[in-house]
Amino acid sequence: MSFINYSSREINCKIVYYGPGLCGKTTNLQYIYRRTNPESRGKMISLTTDTERTLFFDFLPLSLGEVRGFKTRFHLYTVPGQVFYDASRRLILRGVDGVVFSADSQLTRMDANVESLENLQVNLREQGYDSDRIPLVMQYNKRDLPHVASVAELHALLNYRNVPEFEAVATTGVGVFETLKAIIKLILIDLKKGGR
Amino acid sequence: MAQGNFILREKEYLALQASLKKLLANSYAKVVFLVDKNGSLIASAGATGDFDTTSLASLTAGNIAATGGLASLIGEKEFSILFHEGERDNMHISVVANRIILVVIFDRRSSVGLVRLRVRRTATELERILRDIDAGAGKEEEGDFEELTEADIESLLK
Ligand SMILES: Nc1nc2c(ncn2[C@@H]2O[C@H](COP(=O)(O)OP(=O)(O)O)[C@@H](O)[C@H]2O)c(=O)[nH]1
Ligand SMILES: [Mg+2]
Repeated sequence: MSFINYSSREINCKIVYYGPGLCGKTTNLQYIYRRTNPESRGKMISLTTDTERTLFFDFLPLSLGEVRGFKTRFHLYTVPGQVFYDASRRLILRGVDGVVFSADSQLTRMDANVESLENLQVNLREQGYDSDRIPLVMQYNKRDLPHVASVAELHALLNYRNVPEFEAVATTGVGVFETLKAIIKLILIDLKKGGR
Repeated sequence: MAQGNFILREKEYLALQASLKKLLANSYAKVVFLVDKNGSLIASAGATGDFDTTSLASLTAGNIAATGGLASLIGEKEFSILFHEGERDNMHISVVANRIILVVIFDRRSSVGLVRLRVRRTATELERILRDIDAGAGKEEEGDFEELTEADIESLLK
């Protein structure tokens, strides 16, 4: 649900990075933060445990300039990946306009990817979304590591909707902005179709 | 998808701002603001330059969402008022009409009793404005984005 203010001519949209624990969601936001000029970004907030794991969410607000005379603001959130934080994940999905599903490419994490994707579908439906229609982009992260699944395998396992997909190394930024641009584009196209 | 977009027009936006300004003055607050439940700042009044309102908006919405989650675990509908007391500044947070969040930040020049009293009156006003917003939904202007072109989107993302 985007917030459009016709008076101050602003659009606000919410993007959520979803995926299993330690797949690199927070790292995506950290990279985006570092590589965005200070005028275009707000403060990055991370609500973490003492061991730096995401406890509730990370938040990064971006202002990307204008379309059709409207200032665009995108609010990026990550969810905590660990299975037992499900209640928090549901809260963060509320009002989401687009989802980036970040998968961990390591072979040992395939079960975790599938479990997280299924959890995403359940939680979206619970919030009243059509999980087959909400703007979605796939990111296959950690491509730099040994013992990773091939893109074809990841595609077959996760990308049943055949949405845009990107290989990434979030630590060095490979694929990070490509992923972000793709989800923003899908959200704007969705907005164009008229708020549903 | 779940709901339509939240669309705010000039007339209602000005009404919201006027209502917040009044609350600011008669509660002797430092800053007051309105946030939607997804964490977007809707309107504000007062010393907004002294605060990071974008972050405040997001965390306030997270706070309400989390306490709402707690409420439902103990069989309550929602905790519609939250109060945080600091050494210098205090925050009064309340949910209006089940969907927007009104935040008042105040110091010793005011009191929680006064803020609570003024917030109650403001909430009634805000509810009325929200009804006007709903009544106007689905009309005019909304066409703006239908004309959004591939080129518009590309130029934003360059
Ligand atoms: N080698 C490698 N490590 C990564 C990559 N992305 C993230 N990491 C590391 O994986 C760990 C977990 O990342 P984090 O972003 O906190 O995961 P989150 O739980 O999804 O938020 C951190 O130590 C990151 O540095 C990547 O693309 N390659
Ligand atoms: Mg994290």
